[in-house]
Amino acid sequence: MSAMLRLERVSKAFGGIRAVSNVSFDLSEGEIVGLIGPNGAGKTTLVNLITGVHPLTAGKVVFAGQDVTRQKPYQAARRGLARTFQIVQPFPQMTVLENVAAGALFGGAADTMAEALAEARRELAFVGLDRLADTPAASLTLPNRKRLELAKSLAMRPKVLLLDEVNAGLNTGEIDGALDLIRQIAARGITILIIEHLMKVVLSISERILVLHHGELIAEGEPRAVVEDERVIEAYLGAKFAARFKQEAAGA
Amino acid sequence: MPRRALALTGLAAWIGLLAATPWIADNYTVRVAITIAMFSAMALSWNFIGGFTGYPSFSTAAFFGIGCYVGALAQRNGVPLVLAWTLATVGVAFFAAALGAIILRLKGHYFAIGSIAVVEVVRLIVSSWGSVTGGGDGLNVPLLQGSPDWVAAKVLYVMLAIMLAAFAATVLVDRGRLGFGLRCINQNEDAADMVGIDTTRFKIAAYALSALFCGTVGAVYASWVGYIDPTDSFSILLTVKVPVMVLLGGAGTIFGPIVGAGVFVLLEEFFWANFLEWNRAILGGIIVFLIFFLPGGILRLDYRRLLRRTLELGKAKQKSPEAAE
Repeated sequence: MSAMLRLERVSKAFGGIRAVSNVSFDLSEGEIVGLIGPNGAGKTTLVNLITGVHPLTAGKVVFAGQDVTRQKPYQAARRGLARTFQIVQPFPQMTVLENVAAGALFGGAADTMAEALAEARRELAFVGLDRLADTPAASLTLPNRKRLELAKSLAMRPKVLLLDEVNAGLNTGEIDGALDLIRQIAARGITILIIEHLMKVVLSISERILVLHHGELIAEGEPRAVVEDERVIEAYLGAKFAARFKQEAAGA
Repeated sequence: MPRRALALTGLAAWIGLLAATPWIADNYTVRVAITIAMFSAMALSWNFIGGFTGYPSFSTAAFFGIGCYVGALAQRNGVPLVLAWTLATVGVAFFAAALGAIILRLKGHYFAIGSIAVVEVVRLIVSSWGSVTGGGDGLNVPLLQGSPDWVAAKVLYVMLAIMLAAFAATVLVDRGRLGFGLRCINQNEDAADMVGIDTTRFKIAAYALSALFCGTVGAVYASWVGYIDPTDSFSILLTVKVPVMVLLGGAGTIFGPIVGAGVFVLLEEFFWANFLEWNRAILGGIIVFLIFFLPGGILRLDYRRLLRRTLELGKAKQKSPEAAE
């Protein structure tokens, strides 16, 4: 398997703050990889670096063998590098269908408005929003807005999909539904990087996990191994609690 | 769509009426018709950037004024009339595209202020560059051939043609990829970017479209009045009037700018004629009223509800005398 997306020593500094430093990893075609880390670890910044929202301070982003370090967000979208936002970003006064059609027309393969609308209907059926196609996007509930984000990204026919906290703000039942959907998306052969700070969610779905802490990649590997990694436990619980946790684990 | 068909019929009738003025009405009315056609073309233009894209541009007067001067200077240097008008159109479009690449980085209020500054800067350049533009003394423009009546009719038809061209462009943009992309930018520029829209190019296209027809209108206007000067060509009032017309009619709609321009010019004429001293104050009051109570414009009014209410009121009045008996 070839690397679909590769980051080479990617760094970003905002003034004196190093938000992301020296992060390198590969995503293979068709993989589901989880990116976890405590609040403020730099997860969203990393997504912004990959999609060209912020310029990199140092390092390189390679997508499908092509150096895309200096790309603009719209170029990332057209290349097949789609993302969803942590805070959903619909076109509020357009209908749900038009929102998705925008993805198909500008970022996807559709050449005409009619094609874009047809594609949009297919993706809405896929995420289960087809009944709400003609309602304005602003009137959707939060779980449905997240589904709309997914449909919009899928209409762009992405090769890699970066999911930035698609589960944030959802309840347990809604999360199960969202995870099902993500598995179905992966089954279409789309490489997925799922960003989460809820460990439980990400463990159940990822084949591999990357852990970011203070902007650095501190662990990488299979979900089981990563959870037991001392540095990961420390990052999440703090040094003091991590020590107590270890004692209890040893005592038990 | 019967509603759209109705609107198109209305538009055809309106244009027919304007076009008939030289045959059925006096000179003053023809002048008003020319003004309406002129402002309709400029309002339709503004709608591309202000309505579709949601960028509050106040550079209309800059485009109009540059159109005036390019047309006038070209003609004074022996360029034939129609070619001079074309030159003004193309020149203004290029000017807007180049300028747009710079000031479209600004958003919201900042863009508004930047775009209004453009008018002032261009006006100052034109008034200081006396050797070319004649400075504050202004320029005489070769007059159109023919009797005054004939000249007025000719100007009217040219202005109507520009208005129709602007309308056709609006319909095309509205239905096409460009219009859809501009609406996306209007609602959420970051999301538009993420969905694959090259927002910079789309905005520049909208800005250039908003300039193009203003350039033509300016050049034709210069030929019509025969004399231009910096204060008249780059008037701040013009730059404010045009957006108000579009808001009045309905920003982002196809017919709104035409409705707004027509209503505004007619109101303005009415108040000039009847309240010579108070007309500006009354007009200002009306603008404030409209912005407060009709924020979506005349076209967004719910006419059916309005009609039903009026009818109910009428019935209630009819009933009350019976009840008294």
